[in-house]
Amino acid sequence: MNIHAIRAIYAFEMARTRRTLLQSIVSPVLSTSLYFVVFGAAIGSRIPEIGGISYGAFIVPGLVMLSLLTQSISNASFGIYFPKFSGTIYELLSAPVSYVEVVVSYVGAAATKSIILGLIILATAGLFVPLQIVHPFWMLLFLVLTAVTFSLLGFIIGIWADNFEKLQLVPLLIITPLTFLGGSFYSIDMLPPFWQTVTLFNPVVYLISGFRWSFYGIADVSVGLSLAMTTAFLAVSLAVVAWIFKTGYRLKN
Amino acid sequence: MQTIISVSNLSKTYASGFQALKGINLDIRHGEIFALLGPNGAGKTTLISTICGIVNPTEGQILVGGHDIVRDYRAARSMIGLVPQELTTDAFETVWATVSFSRGLFGKPPNPDHIEKVLRDLSLWNKKDNKIITLSGGMKRRLLIAKALSHEPQILFLDEPTAGVDVNLRREMWELVRALRATGVTVILTTHYIEEAEEMADRVGVISKGEIMLVEDKAELMRKLGRKQLTLQLEHALAHIPAGLAAYHLDLSADGCELTYTYDSQGERASMVALLGDLDDAGIAFKDLHTTQSSLEDIFVSLVRDGQ
Ligand SMILES: Nc1ncnc2c1ncn2[C@@H]1O[C@H](COP(=O)(O)OP(=O)(O)O)[C@@H](O)[C@H]1O
Ligand SMILES: [Mg+2]
Repeated sequence: MNIHAIRAIYAFEMARTRRTLLQSIVSPVLSTSLYFVVFGAAIGSRIPEIGGISYGAFIVPGLVMLSLLTQSISNASFGIYFPKFSGTIYELLSAPVSYVEVVVSYVGAAATKSIILGLIILATAGLFVPLQIVHPFWMLLFLVLTAVTFSLLGFIIGIWADNFEKLQLVPLLIITPLTFLGGSFYSIDMLPPFWQTVTLFNPVVYLISGFRWSFYGIADVSVGLSLAMTTAFLAVSLAVVAWIFKTGYRLKN
Repeated sequence: MQTIISVSNLSKTYASGFQALKGINLDIRHGEIFALLGPNGAGKTTLISTICGIVNPTEGQILVGGHDIVRDYRAARSMIGLVPQELTTDAFETVWATVSFSRGLFGKPPNPDHIEKVLRDLSLWNKKDNKIITLSGGMKRRLLIAKALSHEPQILFLDEPTAGVDVNLRREMWELVRALRATGVTVILTTHYIEEAEEMADRVGVISKGEIMLVEDKAELMRKLGRKQLTLQLEHALAHIPAGLAAYHLDLSADGCELTYTYDSQGERASMVALLGDLDDAGIAFKDLHTTQSSLEDIFVSLVRDGQ
Protein backbone atom coordinates (compact mmCIF):
# COMPACT_ATOMS: atom_id res chain seq x y z
CA MET A 1 0.00 0.00 0.00
CA ASN A 2 1.44 3.37 -1.04
CA ILE A 3 0.30 5.29 2.04
CA HIS A 4 2.42 8.32 1.14
CA ALA A 5 0.61 8.61 -2.18
CA ILE A 6 -2.83 8.36 -0.60
CA ARG A 7 -1.85 11.01 1.89
CA ALA A 8 -0.39 13.25 -0.84
CA ILE A 9 -3.47 13.07 -3.07
CA TYR A 10 -5.87 13.47 -0.18
CA ALA A 11 -3.97 16.49 1.15
CA PHE A 12 -3.77 17.97 -2.34
CA GLU A 13 -7.53 17.65 -2.82
CA MET A 14 -8.28 18.99 0.65
CA ALA A 15 -6.03 21.99 -0.04
CA ARG A 16 -8.11 22.65 -3.14
CA THR A 17 -11.20 22.35 -0.96
CA ARG A 18 -9.85 24.88 1.51
CA ARG A 19 -9.08 27.33 -1.25
CA THR A 20 -12.61 27.09 -2.58
CA LEU A 21 -14.38 26.43 0.70
CA LEU A 22 -16.08 29.77 0.98
CA GLN A 23 -17.65 29.58 -2.45
CA SER A 24 -18.61 25.94 -1.93
CA ILE A 25 -20.33 26.77 1.34
CA VAL A 26 -22.00 30.03 0.47
CA SER A 27 -24.22 28.74 -2.28
CA PRO A 28 -25.71 25.66 -0.53
CA VAL A 29 -26.09 27.52 2.76
CA LEU A 30 -27.85 30.34 0.99
CA SER A 31 -30.19 28.08 -0.97
CA THR A 32 -30.95 26.01 2.13
CA SER A 33 -31.83 29.17 4.01
CA LEU A 34 -34.10 30.22 1.18
CA TYR A 35 -35.85 26.85 1.24
CA PHE A 36 -36.52 27.34 4.92
CA VAL A 37 -37.83 30.82 4.47
CA VAL A 38 -40.13 29.73 1.64
CA PHE A 39 -41.15 26.19 2.59
CA GLY A 40 -40.52 26.27 6.30
CA ALA A 41 -41.95 29.62 7.25
CA ALA A 42 -44.11 31.00 4.42
CA ILE A 43 -45.75 27.89 2.96
CA GLY A 44 -44.93 25.42 5.70
CA SER A 45 -47.05 27.23 8.24
CA ARG A 46 -50.11 26.28 6.16
CA ILE A 47 -49.07 22.67 5.66
CA PRO A 48 -50.21 20.27 8.36
CA GLU A 49 -47.68 18.29 10.31
CA ILE A 50 -46.43 15.11 8.66
CA GLY A 51 -46.28 12.19 11.07
CA GLY A 52 -46.27 14.59 13.96
CA ILE A 53 -43.36 16.64 12.55
CA SER A 54 -43.72 20.27 11.50
CA TYR A 55 -43.21 20.71 7.77
CA GLY A 56 -40.14 22.90 8.30
CA ALA A 57 -38.45 20.17 10.31
CA PHE A 58 -39.70 17.44 7.99
CA ILE A 59 -37.76 18.81 5.00
CA VAL A 60 -34.42 19.15 6.83
CA PRO A 61 -33.07 15.64 6.11
CA GLY A 62 -34.10 15.93 2.45
CA LEU A 63 -32.38 19.27 2.08
CA VAL A 64 -29.20 18.00 3.66
CA MET A 65 -29.30 15.01 1.30
CA LEU A 66 -29.89 17.28 -1.66
CA SER A 67 -26.70 19.21 -0.92
CA LEU A 68 -24.80 16.06 0.00
CA LEU A 69 -25.61 14.39 -3.32
CA THR A 70 -24.88 17.35 -5.53
CA GLN A 71 -21.73 18.28 -3.64
CA SER A 72 -20.39 14.71 -3.62
CA ILE A 73 -20.90 14.40 -7.33
CA SER A 74 -19.49 17.76 -8.27
CA ASN A 75 -16.44 17.49 -5.98
CA ALA A 76 -15.47 14.05 -7.07
CA SER A 77 -16.18 14.54 -10.76
CA PHE A 78 -14.23 17.77 -10.88
CA GLY A 79 -11.37 16.33 -8.82
CA ILE A 80 -10.57 13.68 -11.41
CA TYR A 81 -11.81 15.49 -14.52
CA PHE A 82 -9.56 18.49 -14.06
CA PRO A 83 -6.20 16.66 -14.16
CA LYS A 84 -7.47 14.90 -17.27
CA PHE A 85 -8.42 18.22 -18.79
CA SER A 86 -5.20 20.03 -17.86
CA GLY A 87 -2.94 17.08 -18.65
CA THR A 88 -1.47 16.80 -15.16
CA ILE A 89 -2.93 13.31 -14.94
CA TYR A 90 0.28 12.09 -16.59
CA GLU A 91 1.87 12.19 -13.17
CA LEU A 92 -0.81 10.07 -11.56
CA LEU A 93 -0.67 7.54 -14.38
CA SER A 94 3.10 7.24 -14.17
CA ALA A 95 3.17 6.97 -10.37
CA PRO A 96 3.52 3.71 -8.46
CA VAL A 97 -0.05 3.85 -7.18
CA SER A 98 -2.74 1.23 -7.51
CA TYR A 99 -6.26 1.99 -8.65
CA VAL A 100 -7.55 1.28 -5.18
CA GLU A 101 -5.24 3.97 -3.81
CA VAL A 102 -6.37 6.45 -6.45
CA VAL A 103 -10.03 5.83 -5.68
CA VAL A 104 -9.57 5.87 -1.92
CA SER A 105 -7.77 9.21 -1.98
CA TYR A 106 -9.91 11.06 -4.53
CA VAL A 107 -13.25 9.69 -3.35
CA GLY A 108 -12.20 10.03 0.29
CA ALA A 109 -11.37 13.70 -0.18
CA ALA A 110 -14.58 14.43 -2.08
CA ALA A 111 -16.69 12.62 0.52
CA THR A 112 -14.93 14.44 3.35
CA LYS A 113 -15.76 17.76 1.82
CA SER A 114 -19.40 16.94 1.21
CA ILE A 115 -19.82 15.55 4.73
CA ILE A 116 -18.42 18.78 6.15
CA LEU A 117 -20.86 20.70 3.97
CA GLY A 118 -23.75 18.46 4.98
CA LEU A 119 -23.02 19.14 8.63
CA ILE A 120 -22.79 22.88 8.01
CA ILE A 121 -26.17 22.80 6.32
CA LEU A 122 -27.59 20.81 9.17
CA ALA A 123 -26.32 23.48 11.54
CA THR A 124 -27.87 26.17 9.33
CA ALA A 125 -31.17 24.33 9.45
CA GLY A 126 -30.90 24.30 13.22
CA LEU A 127 -31.12 28.10 13.11
CA PHE A 128 -34.55 27.93 11.49
CA VAL A 129 -36.27 24.91 12.98
CA PRO A 130 -35.86 22.93 16.18
CA LEU A 131 -33.77 19.88 15.27
CA GLN A 132 -34.03 16.51 16.83
CA ILE A 133 -31.87 13.52 15.96
CA VAL A 134 -33.23 10.31 17.42
CA HIS A 135 -30.56 8.00 16.04
CA PRO A 136 -27.34 10.03 15.71
CA PHE A 137 -25.21 6.99 14.89
CA TRP A 138 -27.52 6.02 12.03
CA MET A 139 -27.66 9.60 10.89
CA LEU A 140 -23.87 9.65 10.53
CA LEU A 141 -23.84 6.22 8.90
CA PHE A 142 -26.32 7.31 6.22
CA LEU A 143 -24.42 10.55 5.78
CA VAL A 144 -21.11 8.78 5.22
CA LEU A 145 -22.51 5.98 3.06
CA THR A 146 -24.32 8.44 0.85
CA ALA A 147 -21.33 10.78 0.56
CA VAL A 148 -19.05 7.89 -0.41
CA THR A 149 -21.51 6.36 -2.86
CA PHE A 150 -22.20 9.59 -4.67
CA SER A 151 -18.56 10.61 -4.64
CA LEU A 152 -17.89 7.32 -6.41
CA LEU A 153 -20.62 8.17 -8.88
CA GLY A 154 -19.05 11.61 -9.36
CA PHE A 155 -15.66 9.98 -9.88
CA ILE A 156 -17.17 7.79 -12.59
CA ILE A 157 -18.76 10.81 -14.26
CA GLY A 158 -15.45 12.69 -14.09
CA ILE A 159 -13.68 9.85 -15.86
CA TRP A 160 -16.43 9.38 -18.40
CA ALA A 161 -16.86 13.07 -19.26
CA ASP A 162 -14.65 14.39 -22.05
CA ASN A 163 -15.92 17.95 -21.90
CA PHE A 164 -17.29 20.39 -19.38
CA GLU A 165 -20.86 20.12 -20.68
CA LYS A 166 -21.05 16.43 -19.89
CA LEU A 167 -19.51 17.10 -16.51
CA GLN A 168 -22.33 19.45 -15.62
CA LEU A 169 -25.17 17.91 -17.56
CA VAL A 170 -25.40 14.61 -15.70
CA PRO A 171 -25.87 16.13 -12.25
CA LEU A 172 -28.32 18.62 -13.71
CA LEU A 173 -30.37 16.22 -15.81
CA ILE A 174 -30.36 13.15 -13.64
CA ILE A 175 -29.45 13.89 -10.07
CA THR A 176 -31.51 17.02 -9.48
CA PRO A 177 -34.83 15.48 -10.65
CA LEU A 178 -34.13 12.28 -8.74
CA THR A 179 -33.54 14.23 -5.56
CA PHE A 180 -36.53 16.49 -5.95
CA LEU A 181 -38.74 13.53 -6.73
CA GLY A 182 -37.09 11.49 -4.01
CA GLY A 183 -39.26 12.74 -1.19
CA SER A 184 -37.19 15.69 0.00
CA PHE A 185 -40.29 17.85 0.28
CA TYR A 186 -43.07 15.34 0.83
CA SER A 187 -43.81 11.94 2.17
CA ILE A 188 -44.24 9.22 -0.44
CA ASP A 189 -47.70 8.31 0.81
CA MET A 190 -48.90 11.79 -0.14
CA LEU A 191 -48.59 10.70 -3.81
CA PRO A 192 -51.27 8.88 -5.85
CA PRO A 193 -50.72 5.08 -5.72
CA PHE A 194 -49.33 4.86 -9.27
CA TRP A 195 -46.65 7.43 -8.56
CA GLN A 196 -45.83 5.79 -5.28
CA THR A 197 -44.87 2.68 -7.22
CA VAL A 198 -42.84 4.66 -9.75
CA THR A 199 -41.05 6.43 -6.96
CA LEU A 200 -39.83 3.16 -5.53
CA PHE A 201 -37.53 2.88 -8.55
CA ASN A 202 -35.84 6.09 -7.53
CA PRO A 203 -32.75 5.20 -5.51
CA VAL A 204 -32.72 8.54 -3.77
CA VAL A 205 -36.04 7.73 -2.04
CA TYR A 206 -34.28 5.12 0.07
CA LEU A 207 -31.48 7.46 1.07
CA ILE A 208 -33.79 10.25 2.12
CA SER A 209 -36.23 7.93 3.86
CA GLY A 210 -33.50 6.25 5.88
CA PHE A 211 -31.85 9.55 6.67
CA ARG A 212 -35.16 11.04 7.82
CA TRP A 213 -35.80 8.02 9.98
CA SER A 214 -32.53 8.64 11.82
CA PHE A 215 -33.84 12.11 12.68
CA TYR A 216 -37.47 11.52 13.56
CA GLY A 217 -38.01 7.79 13.64
CA ILE A 218 -40.49 8.00 10.74
CA ALA A 219 -39.82 6.58 7.31
CA ASP A 220 -41.47 5.95 3.94
CA VAL A 221 -39.82 2.58 3.54
CA SER A 222 -38.34 0.36 6.20
CA VAL A 223 -34.90 1.30 7.51
CA GLY A 224 -33.53 -2.12 6.71
CA LEU A 225 -34.54 -1.67 3.08
CA SER A 226 -33.03 1.83 3.01
CA LEU A 227 -29.75 0.52 4.33
CA ALA A 228 -29.76 -2.45 1.97
CA MET A 229 -30.43 -0.22 -1.05
CA THR A 230 -27.79 2.32 -0.02
CA THR A 231 -25.25 -0.46 0.34
CA ALA A 232 -26.34 -1.90 -3.00
CA PHE A 233 -25.69 1.44 -4.77
CA LEU A 234 -22.32 1.58 -3.12
CA ALA A 235 -21.54 -1.92 -4.39
CA VAL A 236 -22.68 -1.07 -7.92
CA SER A 237 -20.58 2.11 -7.98
CA LEU A 238 -17.56 0.19 -6.72
CA ALA A 239 -18.05 -2.44 -9.39
CA VAL A 240 -18.23 0.18 -12.14
CA VAL A 241 -15.06 1.89 -10.86
CA ALA A 242 -13.29 -1.48 -10.73
CA TRP A 243 -14.35 -2.18 -14.31
CA ILE A 244 -13.17 1.25 -15.46
CA PHE A 245 -9.74 0.69 -14.04
CA LYS A 246 -9.49 -2.86 -15.20
CA THR A 247 -10.05 -1.79 -18.76
CA GLY A 248 -8.18 1.51 -18.49
CA TYR A 249 -11.33 3.08 -19.90
CA ARG A 250 -10.80 6.72 -20.95
CA LEU A 251 -7.72 7.13 -18.82
CA LYS A 252 -5.01 5.52 -20.88
CA ASN A 253 -4.47 5.22 -24.59
CA MET B 1 27.56 -2.55 -19.12
CA GLN B 2 24.48 -3.27 -17.06
CA THR B 3 21.10 -2.83 -18.75
CA ILE B 4 18.60 -0.73 -16.79
CA ILE B 5 15.75 -0.61 -19.30
CA SER B 6 15.02 -3.37 -21.72
CA VAL B 7 12.34 -2.96 -24.36
CA SER B 8 11.55 -6.02 -26.44
CA ASN B 9 9.33 -6.30 -29.44
CA LEU B 10 7.21 -3.36 -28.35
CA SER B 11 4.33 -2.31 -30.58
CA LYS B 12 1.67 0.29 -29.99
CA THR B 13 -1.47 0.75 -32.03
CA TYR B 14 -3.67 3.61 -30.87
CA ALA B 15 -7.44 3.28 -30.67
CA SER B 16 -7.61 5.23 -33.93
CA GLY B 17 -5.89 2.28 -35.60
CA PHE B 18 -2.66 4.20 -36.07
CA GLN B 19 0.43 2.15 -35.36
CA ALA B 20 2.85 4.48 -33.58
CA LEU B 21 5.46 1.89 -32.56
CA LYS B 22 6.49 -1.11 -34.63
CA GLY B 23 8.40 -3.87 -32.90
CA ILE B 24 10.81 -1.73 -30.91
CA ASN B 25 13.84 -3.42 -29.36
CA LEU B 26 16.01 -1.17 -27.23
CA ASP B 27 18.33 -1.52 -24.27
CA ILE B 28 19.32 1.45 -22.14
CA ARG B 29 22.52 1.08 -20.13
CA HIS B 30 22.85 1.93 -16.50
CA GLY B 31 24.21 5.43 -15.95
CA GLU B 32 24.30 6.61 -19.55
CA ILE B 33 22.78 9.60 -21.26
CA PHE B 34 20.74 8.24 -24.12
CA ALA B 35 19.32 10.54 -26.76
CA LEU B 36 16.31 9.40 -28.74
CA LEU B 37 16.51 11.34 -31.93
CA GLY B 38 13.69 11.58 -34.41
CA PRO B 39 11.46 13.98 -36.33
CA ASN B 40 8.05 15.04 -35.07
CA GLY B 41 5.59 12.20 -35.06
CA ALA B 42 8.29 9.51 -35.03
CA GLY B 43 6.93 7.95 -31.84
CA LYS B 44 9.35 9.32 -29.25
CA THR B 45 6.67 10.46 -26.82
CA THR B 46 4.70 7.27 -27.36
CA LEU B 47 7.76 5.16 -26.53
CA ILE B 48 8.55 7.14 -23.38
CA SER B 49 4.91 7.19 -22.28
CA THR B 50 4.68 3.43 -22.67
CA ILE B 51 7.77 2.83 -20.56
CA CYS B 52 6.39 5.16 -17.89
CA GLY B 53 2.98 3.50 -17.79
CA ILE B 54 0.92 6.31 -19.34
CA VAL B 55 0.20 4.43 -22.56
CA ASN B 56 -0.69 0.75 -22.61
CA PRO B 57 1.53 -1.35 -24.87
CA THR B 58 -0.28 -3.33 -27.53
CA GLU B 59 2.43 -5.97 -27.71
CA GLY B 60 5.85 -6.67 -26.28
CA GLN B 61 7.58 -6.41 -22.95
CA ILE B 62 9.38 -3.71 -21.00
CA LEU B 63 11.65 -4.30 -18.02
CA VAL B 64 12.84 -1.44 -15.84
CA GLY B 65 15.56 -2.46 -13.40
CA GLY B 66 14.48 -6.02 -14.11
CA HIS B 67 10.86 -5.31 -13.14
CA ASP B 68 8.09 -5.88 -15.67
CA ILE B 69 6.26 -2.56 -16.06
CA VAL B 70 2.85 -4.23 -16.08
CA ARG B 71 3.15 -7.01 -13.52
CA ASP B 72 5.54 -5.24 -11.21
CA TYR B 73 4.55 -1.66 -11.91
CA ARG B 74 5.22 -0.34 -8.43
CA ALA B 75 8.88 -1.31 -8.39
CA ALA B 76 9.36 -0.23 -12.01
CA ARG B 77 7.68 3.16 -11.72
CA SER B 78 9.34 4.05 -8.42
CA MET B 79 12.65 4.15 -10.27
CA ILE B 80 11.47 6.62 -12.89
CA GLY B 81 11.07 10.38 -13.03
CA LEU B 82 9.33 11.81 -16.08
CA VAL B 83 9.46 15.33 -17.46
CA PRO B 84 6.73 15.53 -20.09
CA GLN B 85 6.98 17.36 -23.36
CA GLU B 86 4.07 19.69 -22.67
CA LEU B 87 4.17 22.22 -19.85
CA THR B 88 1.35 20.62 -17.90
CA THR B 89 1.22 21.96 -14.37
CA ASP B 90 -1.36 22.87 -11.81
CA ALA B 91 -2.03 26.56 -11.40
CA PHE B 92 -2.93 27.56 -7.88
CA GLU B 93 -0.62 25.34 -5.88
CA THR B 94 2.71 26.67 -4.69
CA VAL B 95 6.00 25.42 -6.07
CA TRP B 96 6.84 23.84 -2.74
CA ALA B 97 3.48 22.09 -2.44
CA THR B 98 3.51 20.61 -5.92
CA VAL B 99 7.06 19.26 -5.63
CA SER B 100 6.32 17.78 -2.20
CA PHE B 101 3.15 16.26 -3.66
CA SER B 102 5.13 14.49 -6.36
CA ARG B 103 7.45 12.97 -3.80
CA GLY B 104 4.54 11.59 -1.82
CA LEU B 105 2.83 10.31 -4.95
CA PHE B 106 5.90 8.23 -5.72
CA GLY B 107 5.75 6.67 -2.29
CA LYS B 108 8.56 8.49 -0.54
CA PRO B 109 8.24 9.89 2.99
CA PRO B 110 8.49 13.68 3.25
CA ASN B 111 12.04 15.03 3.10
CA PRO B 112 12.16 18.83 3.14
CA ASP B 113 15.96 18.82 2.84
CA HIS B 114 15.84 16.95 -0.43
CA ILE B 115 13.07 19.15 -1.82
CA GLU B 116 15.10 22.20 -0.87
CA LYS B 117 18.17 20.82 -2.61
CA VAL B 118 16.24 20.07 -5.79
CA LEU B 119 14.67 23.53 -5.82
CA ARG B 120 18.04 25.18 -5.24
CA ASP B 121 19.68 23.13 -7.99
CA LEU B 122 16.99 24.31 -10.38
CA SER B 123 17.13 27.96 -9.26
CA LEU B 124 13.57 27.77 -7.97
CA TRP B 125 14.28 28.18 -4.29
CA ASN B 126 13.28 31.83 -4.14
CA LYS B 127 10.02 30.92 -5.87
CA LYS B 128 9.09 28.15 -3.49
CA ASP B 129 6.08 29.96 -2.04
CA ASN B 130 4.87 31.35 -5.35
CA LYS B 131 1.85 29.96 -7.11
CA ILE B 132 2.70 28.03 -10.24
CA ILE B 133 0.53 30.29 -12.35
CA THR B 134 2.94 33.17 -11.69
CA LEU B 135 5.97 31.34 -13.14
CA SER B 136 7.46 31.95 -16.57
CA GLY B 137 7.62 29.17 -19.15
CA GLY B 138 11.26 28.42 -18.40
CA MET B 139 10.54 28.23 -14.69
CA LYS B 140 7.62 25.90 -15.30
CA ARG B 141 9.87 23.58 -17.24
CA ARG B 142 12.37 23.60 -14.39
CA LEU B 143 9.50 22.98 -12.01
CA LEU B 144 8.51 19.88 -13.97
CA ILE B 145 12.10 18.69 -13.66
CA ALA B 146 12.01 19.38 -9.92
CA LYS B 147 8.82 17.32 -9.62
CA ALA B 148 10.43 14.47 -11.54
CA LEU B 149 13.52 14.57 -9.28
CA SER B 150 11.56 14.94 -6.04
CA HIS B 151 11.51 11.21 -5.37
CA GLU B 152 15.18 10.59 -6.16
CA PRO B 153 14.63 8.49 -9.29
CA GLN B 154 17.40 6.36 -10.78
CA ILE B 155 16.11 7.02 -14.27
CA LEU B 156 15.07 10.39 -15.65
CA PHE B 157 13.10 10.83 -18.87
CA LEU B 158 13.23 14.26 -20.48
CA ASP B 159 10.82 14.57 -23.41
CA GLU B 160 12.11 17.36 -25.65
CA PRO B 161 13.53 19.31 -22.73
CA THR B 162 14.87 22.14 -24.83
CA ALA B 163 12.15 22.58 -27.43
CA GLY B 164 11.25 26.27 -27.47
CA VAL B 165 13.76 27.04 -24.74
CA ASP B 166 16.19 29.94 -24.95
CA VAL B 167 19.93 29.41 -25.27
CA ASN B 168 20.76 30.11 -21.63
CA LEU B 169 18.20 27.73 -20.30
CA ARG B 170 19.31 25.12 -22.78
CA ARG B 171 22.88 25.38 -21.49
CA GLU B 172 21.63 25.15 -17.92
CA MET B 173 19.61 22.10 -18.79
CA TRP B 174 22.61 20.40 -20.32
CA GLU B 175 24.70 21.18 -17.24
CA LEU B 176 21.99 19.74 -15.05
CA VAL B 177 21.80 16.54 -17.07
CA ARG B 178 25.55 16.07 -16.83
CA ALA B 179 25.47 16.71 -13.09
CA LEU B 180 22.73 14.09 -12.75
CA ARG B 181 24.68 11.57 -14.73
CA ALA B 182 27.62 12.19 -12.42
CA THR B 183 25.44 11.07 -9.51
CA GLY B 184 24.63 7.82 -11.30
CA VAL B 185 21.22 8.74 -12.74
CA THR B 186 20.43 7.28 -16.15
CA VAL B 187 19.03 9.98 -18.44
CA ILE B 188 16.95 9.38 -21.54
CA LEU B 189 16.11 12.47 -23.52
CA THR B 190 14.29 12.93 -26.77
CA THR B 191 15.07 15.61 -29.25
CA HIS B 192 14.76 16.46 -32.87
CA TYR B 193 17.89 18.58 -32.78
CA ILE B 194 20.90 16.65 -33.96
CA GLU B 195 23.15 19.20 -32.21
CA GLU B 196 21.55 18.39 -28.92
CA ALA B 197 22.16 14.69 -29.28
CA GLU B 198 25.69 15.55 -30.31
CA GLU B 199 26.23 17.78 -27.30
CA MET B 200 24.72 15.57 -24.65
CA ALA B 201 24.51 11.92 -25.38
CA ASP B 202 26.72 8.93 -24.78
CA ARG B 203 24.61 6.94 -27.18
CA VAL B 204 22.01 7.91 -29.70
CA GLY B 205 18.99 6.01 -30.97
CA VAL B 206 17.34 7.19 -34.16
CA ILE B 207 13.62 6.60 -34.44
CA SER B 208 11.51 7.20 -37.49
CA LYS B 209 7.90 6.24 -38.22
CA GLY B 210 7.73 4.05 -35.14
CA GLU B 211 10.88 2.09 -35.86
CA ILE B 212 14.33 2.28 -34.34
CA MET B 213 16.60 2.85 -37.32
CA LEU B 214 19.86 2.49 -35.44
CA VAL B 215 21.44 2.75 -32.02
CA GLU B 216 25.07 3.81 -31.82
CA ASP B 217 27.72 5.45 -29.77
CA LYS B 218 27.51 9.14 -30.37
CA ALA B 219 30.97 9.50 -31.84
CA GLU B 220 30.34 6.72 -34.32
CA LEU B 221 27.00 8.13 -35.35
CA MET B 222 28.26 11.64 -35.86
CA ARG B 223 30.90 10.34 -38.19
CA LYS B 224 28.24 8.54 -40.18
CA LEU B 225 25.59 11.20 -40.17
CA GLY B 226 27.26 14.52 -39.75
CA ARG B 227 28.33 14.93 -43.37
CA LYS B 228 29.28 18.30 -44.71
CA GLN B 229 29.91 19.39 -48.26
CA LEU B 230 32.07 22.15 -49.60
CA THR B 231 31.07 23.35 -53.03
CA LEU B 232 33.35 25.52 -55.12
CA GLN B 233 32.22 27.57 -58.12
CA LEU B 234 35.21 27.56 -60.47
CA GLU B 235 36.45 30.47 -62.58
CA HIS B 236 37.14 28.14 -65.50
CA ALA B 237 35.50 24.85 -66.31
CA LEU B 238 37.64 21.77 -65.69
CA ALA B 239 37.73 18.84 -68.03
CA HIS B 240 38.78 16.43 -65.28
CA ILE B 241 40.06 16.44 -61.74
CA PRO B 242 43.86 16.66 -61.59
CA ALA B 243 45.48 13.45 -60.37
CA GLY B 244 47.16 15.33 -57.53
CA LEU B 245 43.77 15.89 -55.90
CA ALA B 246 42.63 12.27 -56.06
CA ALA B 247 43.01 11.77 -52.31
CA TYR B 248 40.13 14.17 -51.68
CA HIS B 249 37.61 12.13 -53.70
CA LEU B 250 36.18 15.25 -55.24
CA ASP B 251 33.12 15.35 -57.47
CA LEU B 252 33.06 17.42 -60.62
CA SER B 253 29.77 18.63 -62.04
CA ALA B 254 28.84 17.71 -65.62
CA ASP B 255 29.60 21.19 -66.95
CA GLY B 256 32.93 21.18 -65.13
CA CYS B 257 32.20 24.41 -63.25
CA GLU B 258 31.52 23.00 -59.80
CA LEU B 259 33.72 20.96 -57.48
CA THR B 260 32.24 19.25 -54.44
CA TYR B 261 34.19 17.99 -51.47
CA THR B 262 32.39 15.79 -48.93
CA TYR B 263 33.75 15.41 -45.42
CA ASP B 264 32.41 14.65 -41.98
CA SER B 265 31.93 17.28 -39.38
CA GLN B 266 34.31 15.80 -36.85
CA GLY B 267 37.29 18.14 -37.05
CA GLU B 268 38.28 17.81 -40.69
CA ARG B 269 38.83 21.50 -41.00
CA ALA B 270 42.54 20.84 -41.47
CA SER B 271 41.98 18.81 -44.62
CA MET B 272 39.71 21.51 -45.99
CA VAL B 273 42.49 24.03 -45.58
CA ALA B 274 44.87 21.57 -47.20
CA LEU B 275 42.46 21.14 -50.12
CA LEU B 276 42.26 24.87 -50.72
CA GLY B 277 46.06 25.03 -50.67
CA ASP B 278 46.36 22.15 -53.12
CA LEU B 279 43.80 23.74 -55.45
CA ASP B 280 45.82 26.91 -55.43
CA ASP B 281 48.96 24.96 -56.24
CA ALA B 282 47.15 23.23 -59.12
CA GLY B 283 46.16 26.66 -60.44
CA ILE B 284 42.46 26.10 -60.00
CA ALA B 285 40.75 29.38 -59.10
CA PHE B 286 37.23 29.68 -57.75
CA LYS B 287 34.70 32.53 -57.65
CA ASP B 288 32.64 31.39 -54.78
CA LEU B 289 32.27 28.66 -52.21
CA HIS B 290 29.71 27.48 -49.78
CA THR B 291 29.30 24.64 -47.33
CA THR B 292 26.18 22.64 -46.61
CA GLN B 293 25.46 20.26 -43.82
CA SER B 294 23.14 17.34 -44.25
CA SER B 295 20.00 18.18 -42.34
CA LEU B 296 18.35 15.76 -40.00
CA GLU B 297 15.72 15.28 -42.62
CA ASP B 298 18.30 14.24 -45.21
CA ILE B 299 19.70 11.86 -42.66
CA PHE B 300 16.35 10.25 -42.06
CA VAL B 301 15.71 10.00 -45.75
CA SER B 302 19.02 8.27 -46.25
CA LEU B 303 18.51 6.03 -43.24
CA VAL B 304 15.08 4.97 -44.36
CA ARG B 305 16.39 4.35 -47.89
CA ASP B 306 19.35 2.35 -46.57
CA GLY B 307 17.02 0.42 -44.33
CA GLN B 308 15.07 -0.89 -47.29
N1 LIG C 1 -3.64 9.36 -28.68
C1 LIG C 1 -3.28 9.15 -29.94
N2 LIG C 1 -4.14 8.60 -30.81
C2 LIG C 1 -3.79 8.38 -32.09
N3 LIG C 1 -2.58 8.69 -32.62
C3 LIG C 1 -1.68 9.24 -31.80
C4 LIG C 1 -1.97 9.50 -30.42
N4 LIG C 1 -0.88 10.06 -29.86
C5 LIG C 1 0.05 10.14 -30.83
N5 LIG C 1 -0.42 9.66 -32.01
C6 LIG C 1 0.30 9.57 -33.28
O1 LIG C 1 1.42 8.74 -33.09
C7 LIG C 1 2.53 9.24 -33.80
C8 LIG C 1 3.69 9.40 -32.84
O2 LIG C 1 3.42 10.46 -31.94
P1 LIG C 1 4.45 10.88 -30.85
O3 LIG C 1 4.85 9.68 -30.08
O4 LIG C 1 3.85 12.01 -30.08
O5 LIG C 1 5.68 11.39 -31.72
P2 LIG C 1 6.92 12.30 -31.32
O6 LIG C 1 6.94 12.43 -29.83
O7 LIG C 1 8.10 11.56 -31.85
O8 LIG C 1 6.74 13.61 -31.99
C9 LIG C 1 2.09 10.54 -34.43
O9 LIG C 1 1.79 10.28 -35.79
C10 LIG C 1 0.84 10.92 -33.68
O10 LIG C 1 -0.05 11.60 -34.51
MG1 LIG D 1 6.85 14.09 -28.68
